[in-house]
Amino acid sequence: MWRTRSTGRASSGNREPDIAVTSGHAAGVVVGRRARRSSRRRLRHYGVVLLFLSPWIIGFLTFYLYPTLASLYFSFTHYDLLTPPKWVGLANYRFMVTDPLFWQSLRNTLWMVVFATPIQVAFAIGCAVVLIRVKQGAGIYRTIFFVPTMVPAVAATLGFVFLLNPAGPIDRTLSLLHIPQPLWFQQPFWAKPGLLLLGLWGVGTTMIIFLAALIDVPKELYEAADIEGAGPWQRFRNVTLPMISPVIFFSLVIGVIYGFQYFTEGYVASGGDPNTLGNPQGSLLFYGILLYQQGFQYFHMGYASAMAWVLFLIIMVTTLVLIWSSRRWVHYQGGFR
Amino acid sequence: MKRRAFLGGIAALTMVATACGGGGGATSPSPAPKSSHAPVALTVWSFFTGRELTQFTRVMDGVHQSAPWITITSVGGKDPTDILRAINSGTAPDVAIEPGPDDSAKYCSTGAWINLNPFVRADHLDLPSLSPPSALRYTGYKGDQCSLPMLSDAYGLYYNTDMFKAAGITSPPKTFSELEADAKILTKKNPDGSFKVVGFDPLQGFYESYALDYGVYSGAPWYDSSGKSALASDPRWAQLLQWQKSFVDWYGYNNLTRWFQNVGGGNSEFSASNAFETGKLAMQLDGEWRVAFIASDHSKIHYATAPFPVADNMAADYGAGQIGGTIVGIPKGTAHQADAWQVVKYLALGTQPLGQLASLLKNVPTTFASLKDPTLSSNPEFATFLKIFANPHSGYKQITPLGTADSDLFSAFVDKYLAGSISDLRGGLQSVANQIDRQSQLG
Repeated sequence: MWRTRSTGRASSGNREPDIAVTSGHAAGVVVGRRARRSSRRRLRHYGVVLLFLSPWIIGFLTFYLYPTLASLYFSFTHYDLLTPPKWVGLANYRFMVTDPLFWQSLRNTLWMVVFATPIQVAFAIGCAVVLIRVKQGAGIYRTIFFVPTMVPAVAATLGFVFLLNPAGPIDRTLSLLHIPQPLWFQQPFWAKPGLLLLGLWGVGTTMIIFLAALIDVPKELYEAADIEGAGPWQRFRNVTLPMISPVIFFSLVIGVIYGFQYFTEGYVASGGDPNTLGNPQGSLLFYGILLYQQGFQYFHMGYASAMAWVLFLIIMVTTLVLIWSSRRWVHYQGGFR
Repeated sequence: MKRRAFLGGIAALTMVATACGGGGGATSPSPAPKSSHAPVALTVWSFFTGRELTQFTRVMDGVHQSAPWITITSVGGKDPTDILRAINSGTAPDVAIEPGPDDSAKYCSTGAWINLNPFVRADHLDLPSLSPPSALRYTGYKGDQCSLPMLSDAYGLYYNTDMFKAAGITSPPKTFSELEADAKILTKKNPDGSFKVVGFDPLQGFYESYALDYGVYSGAPWYDSSGKSALASDPRWAQLLQWQKSFVDWYGYNNLTRWFQNVGGGNSEFSASNAFETGKLAMQLDGEWRVAFIASDHSKIHYATAPFPVADNMAADYGAGQIGGTIVGIPKGTAHQADAWQVVKYLALGTQPLGQLASLLKNVPTTFASLKDPTLSSNPEFATFLKIFANPHSGYKQITPLGTADSDLFSAFVDKYLAGSISDLRGGLQSVANQIDRQSQLG
């Protein structure tokens, strides 16, 4: 006989309900046991999952979430690494708005984003279009174009600083041809174009992605275009570009993010010395370089954190704008997005 | 509930972030702890590497002879950032050595390096009678002596005596006007119009020429009595830059820049292709170390050294120059302050170790006694720099907790002005002065 508080209450009436309640209760107990067992199993399952996920979770919390939130907090403080952070509210952000170096670095960085990124993407498309037509020795040519991307950024920049030096081979050649020789990394006007050349030299990765995208364009579309009487430009404009537009979009987003975070090449080309950062005449003072200088040279960690958050917001907004604009010009095969 | 939990999480993270921040403020200046003379192992961090580290470590062995209970572990290759991070994380060495004085004000004002005055008083030392006051100025801040000078650089004029003789110049220039006049005479051009020999390169980024804009040679102070930047308020800055600009314009900014790149640019400074060592430059502003470089590079030039010329209106101060160099101190957090002080005292005030280090590293020793070291003063070209260092009018720019931020801002401005990118000199100087003053708000 199952005796429970509920059966006792039920037994004051007729028998059937008692049996029903008793059997119902028994079933409930069984279900409860099953549920407990099942929840224990589920917990064990979650435990195993968490155990396997724990390296990532610990890494995420320690190396991503904590620094992110800490930098957000630091951005509202006066923090020199030697004394505890002191809350200053929006002072760092207010300083930024009136800091001529902030605006100078933003202008220099925007130059790289607005000019260098699209030119590099266009150059990569051009290289890919040419290389896809090469039938003999295609592998060799593709390798030659790709190899520069394997050169470390510092070494590549040093190489270009040498090449573009007034005593270097390029200016010497220009001199022989009686063409004016720019003072590439010594003149503000030519410094960023010098880095743009370096960027073009290293478009191998983007070029390979475009090459893959071009190979993927269905031949039938070109055949149809031929039947319609399209010329080479029309084929490129109306078939190739729309078909590779998702890759163009991807390259632009990655290029814009990279452009806003531009650092290594600018640092090395300006002399690679803390005293010469941004030379010549501040033309290579990029946002990342100023942030580094404020944070790790002057130990203005609060201001550097504020700069980092503003950069994050700029990149986020620019990326969202690009994503929004992509609806108008990016074509996904089969309408897939 | 969720919101409260979220805010609680943020608060907790904020507390953790705060707790991970640097420790407390300035340390109390008194009293000085005393050593128990119990065996102790101390760690000394320096920026020395390779051959210099070996030589430095060898000199450090002398500590054990004077204080047998102390054993030293010498760690090289540590730059100021390493030291600052170690202080921040509570893992600082017992003794730290930095290559320049720019951080000493910051260390003093934050207590990151302890005030040495209690130890100085306890040992009854009279620092101004041991080291030139000008060197003590750049190692202390607002009365706190948080570091001591260990070795220093001194800047002077190197000039090619053969070129001087050929040009009929009988003595080195003593004023800016004489420097400019001699430089113009000594400058020679190739048939294509490029420079064969440059008399003197007044560009801001040329080798060590930045020292020209540190104010020592023009008498211009960096800050006024209220602690504000004096770049705009003191007319000597504008006068210095106007003279420098007219000097650069005589050569042509681009011509000088091209010539500098053709002789190897900045990379040639510490190599055998140095423009002065190869006879492509008649005069240069440089440090005492060049004497050793000229010898080790087997340069064939004949040269002499002299104090660097000063502004025409301060000829009486001729003989002084830009100085400044290595500093040594005790980072906060060490459990062996009294023993660390023994090491600092040995390195900064010991005549023998300073003489040894100066001879080995080719720098200027920083006490009056060590300046008389006969092995150093026997070389007349090097002796010039010993005199410059001892000159009471020599000095380093005023140090502040800003570190190098003020000189970096000014250098960037000077570079633009000399290139002709800035037409309004006074307005530009005012803008830089404002920027420097506002930097102190940053953190």
